[in-house]
Amino acid sequence: MEATGFSVLTAIIFIPIIAGVVILFLDRKNRDLVRGVGVTAAAAVLALSLAVFFGYDNYVKTDGGLIDQQQAMLASGVELSGARMFADALAFEQRVVWVESLGIAYHVGVDGVSAPMVLLTGMVAVAGVLISWKIEDRLREFMAFFMFLVAGVYGVFIAVDLFMLFFFYELAIFPMYLLIAGWGWVKLREYAAMKLTLYILVGSVFALVGAVAMYFAAGAYFSGSGAEVLEAAVASGILPADSGPYSWSIVQFTLAAENGAFGIDILGIEGLNFAKFWFPFMFMGFGVLAGVFPFHNWSPDGHVAAPTAVSMIHAGVLMKVGAFAALRAGVQLLPEGADIHLPWMVFLTLINVVYGALIAFRQRDFKYVIGFSSVSHMGLVSMGWATMNLTGMTGAGIQMFSHGAMTALFFGVVGMVYDRAHTRDIPSLGGFMRVMPWVGVAFVIGGLTSMGMPGLSGFIAEFPIFQGMWAASEQITLQLGAFQLSNYYSVIVIISALGIVITAAYVLRVAGQVFFGEFDAERFHDVGNIEMTDRIVLIILGAPLIILGLYPPIMAPMIESGIRPLIALLGGG
Amino acid sequence: MDFDLWAQLPSVLPEIGLTALAVVVLFADIYGSPATRRNVVIVSAVGMALLALVPLVWQPDPALYENGVLLWGGMVNYDPLSQIFKVMLLLAGAVTCLMAAGDKGVGDKGEFYLIVIVATLGGLMMSSAADLILVFVALETLSIPLYMLASFRRGDQRSAESGMKYFLYGAFASAIMLFGFSLLYGFAGTTNLAGIASAMSDGLGDGVVAVMTALVMVVVGFGFKISAVPFHFWTPDVYEGAPTPVTAFVSVSSKAASFALLLRFLTAVFPADLLVAGVVIQDFWVNLLVVISIASMTLGNVVALRQSNIKRLLAYSSIAQAGYTLIGVVALQGADDSLAVASVSFYMFMYIFTNLLVFGGVILFIAKTDSEEISDMAGLNRRSPWLALFITIGLLSLGGIPPAAGFFGKFFLFQAAVNSNLVGLALIAVTNAIIALYYYLVVIKVMYVDVGPDDEKPIAIPRAYGWSLGITALIVILLGTIAVTPIYDWAALGAGGL
Repeated sequence: MEATGFSVLTAIIFIPIIAGVVILFLDRKNRDLVRGVGVTAAAAVLALSLAVFFGYDNYVKTDGGLIDQQQAMLASGVELSGARMFADALAFEQRVVWVESLGIAYHVGVDGVSAPMVLLTGMVAVAGVLISWKIEDRLREFMAFFMFLVAGVYGVFIAVDLFMLFFFYELAIFPMYLLIAGWGWVKLREYAAMKLTLYILVGSVFALVGAVAMYFAAGAYFSGSGAEVLEAAVASGILPADSGPYSWSIVQFTLAAENGAFGIDILGIEGLNFAKFWFPFMFMGFGVLAGVFPFHNWSPDGHVAAPTAVSMIHAGVLMKVGAFAALRAGVQLLPEGADIHLPWMVFLTLINVVYGALIAFRQRDFKYVIGFSSVSHMGLVSMGWATMNLTGMTGAGIQMFSHGAMTALFFGVVGMVYDRAHTRDIPSLGGFMRVMPWVGVAFVIGGLTSMGMPGLSGFIAEFPIFQGMWAASEQITLQLGAFQLSNYYSVIVIISALGIVITAAYVLRVAGQVFFGEFDAERFHDVGNIEMTDRIVLIILGAPLIILGLYPPIMAPMIESGIRPLIALLGGG
Repeated sequence: MDFDLWAQLPSVLPEIGLTALAVVVLFADIYGSPATRRNVVIVSAVGMALLALVPLVWQPDPALYENGVLLWGGMVNYDPLSQIFKVMLLLAGAVTCLMAAGDKGVGDKGEFYLIVIVATLGGLMMSSAADLILVFVALETLSIPLYMLASFRRGDQRSAESGMKYFLYGAFASAIMLFGFSLLYGFAGTTNLAGIASAMSDGLGDGVVAVMTALVMVVVGFGFKISAVPFHFWTPDVYEGAPTPVTAFVSVSSKAASFALLLRFLTAVFPADLLVAGVVIQDFWVNLLVVISIASMTLGNVVALRQSNIKRLLAYSSIAQAGYTLIGVVALQGADDSLAVASVSFYMFMYIFTNLLVFGGVILFIAKTDSEEISDMAGLNRRSPWLALFITIGLLSLGGIPPAAGFFGKFFLFQAAVNSNLVGLALIAVTNAIIALYYYLVVIKVMYVDVGPDDEKPIAIPRAYGWSLGITALIVILLGTIAVTPIYDWAALGAGGL
């Protein structure tokens, strides 16, 4: 944990940034060189991401060895458990003070939840560069902005400083806007790009104000009654020696949360708890990017309008950025707020799951089907957070990875079909299995994953979520004035299982109409099989679905270990 | 106390240097050969840039400024607040000179540089003034050259109109402000800013209304200079009509110098502990400025949405920016005013470079295409990728998107607001920031996405001009990444002298 040396994560952030700047300076006519630099950089970060994913082994500690230490801490009267578990779980850390007087640091590290996300980002980065191989229009700018986008996404996943998390979150937004507005689907791109950008920004800036409020609340706590807690934390090594009371370190915020710094009343109103007031801002602010109902509206338009590579990174990774940040900045830092608000927010996630699937079923446009399916599947992630128990949240963590790879694969498939058939209208397509067997197989794998077929990663993800919901059903009650609602999580599970059925229906419908059925040989006479670059894309994104499905231990224990500190914070066992 | 010239000299060294530079430029322009005259721009720009080093080399002594010791007979403050504003004003002058260099009818006349230097001199004096008399002299030393600059393109009707409008409004605002000053002098019997406060708290029995009247009159004057609503009416017309390099200069220098003075004036004359007849005067100006801030942000941003002329768009955007910056001024009411002072200083520091970058790009665009319409910027990315990129970086910084400096600038302001229990104001400000981002993004979209009729005609950037734009863009990025700490910490020192 305590590490200030050079971290591989720093390389992961800066390689795309440097590559992007270099690309901007290249000769714009020399497209091969632009592609070469892009693919080299992406492959390098994928390699480093693999190293991070397979090199992460801190979960052993949080799993077993820590319990005694925790007991000792509790006995000494200093509550450190959640923050300590989180701090201990971090690996590949590097910390450089950025703005000392405000306690802002460049601080990177991964835990069990973010390590798989790092891997996912690397996969999608390579896939995105490869699938953009044939872009001719201003390739140089496209590639540079794509690199900046990748860097921004990485930054959010590996930030251990809340300010840095915001910095990279906002950094990712602008290249995304330009990529969609500049290279997207002509009919929709300007509208969709602006809508998406504004939605996401509205969420994030409100969350930023909430974060600033937390910063001062935590600072006041640590300079007053919490000074001893801070001292103890520094002495035990979970915070660096130069930590002041005012700091943006997520570890320090976690410590504050755990010791009740956010339990204060605000605005002098009795009962208006700080955590209770700010949690919706923090959770929903980022939840916008995760597509939580009723703020999901940007997502289908945005995905459809975006060029294929951007749809892939957007649905595949950026929505996870939202879900991840909602978890890290919302649930982890304001657990008391989560206890109060998540029990009703779970209804929103239910709407996501069922309504998203229903609308996906009604679409004629191939890409809209996938767009709405993302809304539906991301609802399962938020639902997993709302279980607030180890099983459900672990499932949600796996779902983030599984859905990321799966939906990127879907968008890749859609892009490949559209590039050759020049239409995405489902009824007019048909029989593409014959001419594009690779693409057809990939779609079937992705489709089965999204239905939750055992043996594929979707099952590994969705089953624990539902299991967690059942477990949560007995523990969570919703208090509405005098009225108390209990055991309703089980009802939600049953209804959301309906979403899975609808998913199966639309996946089978699309598979049946696009890849099987009659092939219009006259209209699609020039449709041929795909190139090597496209095949690599399908392998990179498809293989993990199968590997994870057949061998869950490759990822599940890691995510579970990353969830443990949260469970401790939420007051669970 | 003995008068020690050598100890006092550094506090006004930049001003002395500017005066000398003005004389040199004047004579070089009148008596110099044509070749010498062409070099006037280099002399002015390099001269001001070198003078910007002076406040960095001679740092003020904390033992003096923290105890409120004034220099030059109680006229001049010598503290970090004045130093940081002097540096940014001098750099703004230098960059303006470089960007005006190629502009026909503006940059080819030597007196342009002379006037810019004199205006900068006024700004410098404003940032360190400690006495009502010097405040007013400095204000006019800054303002009158700006009126001249606005009407600099004599043959152009729009420029003449712009100068006349600016002059009339400006003279009016100055007169009201001066009236306010005279009231203050009448209450206190002294022109020293700090002296006024102590005299008022001792001697005014029930003069609350009178004090507030004086306060409002002063705020009107400042409101005009920083183009805050409802004193903003001159802004769009002047910005549109004035030659673009002048617009760039007006939009940064006068605003920055006025904010420096505003911070000092409010804390010195109407401090938190000033009670007149039991009324806390600070609460009054805080509430007044909150209203002005919200009105400026909202009106500026909403009206900017409808603009089709890039200079008018930037004019409304600068009204909104004044509204944001006022948040930092209002945050002075908090317990720890270093956050507030630092946020305003940092915001102005980055705003100067950001706005000069945007205007620098726009100047070149207007010079090459002879159009100020946003729709004519279509396809700029194809015509000149670098120009489009520079303008984009500037607009992103105005919109507060990292890695451009505006992100940190806005963040510091919001942080200061939340620290002063102004969460509501912070939420209004972030909502506004999003409205603003919409129209900045529209301009960026036009440059990158839209297809124009002249798509295939490349725009060449003159080498020297390209470098100055590039360096400004680099500064904007650096101020948003690794250069934040030194500038912010320096700005935070500024509270010590208030």
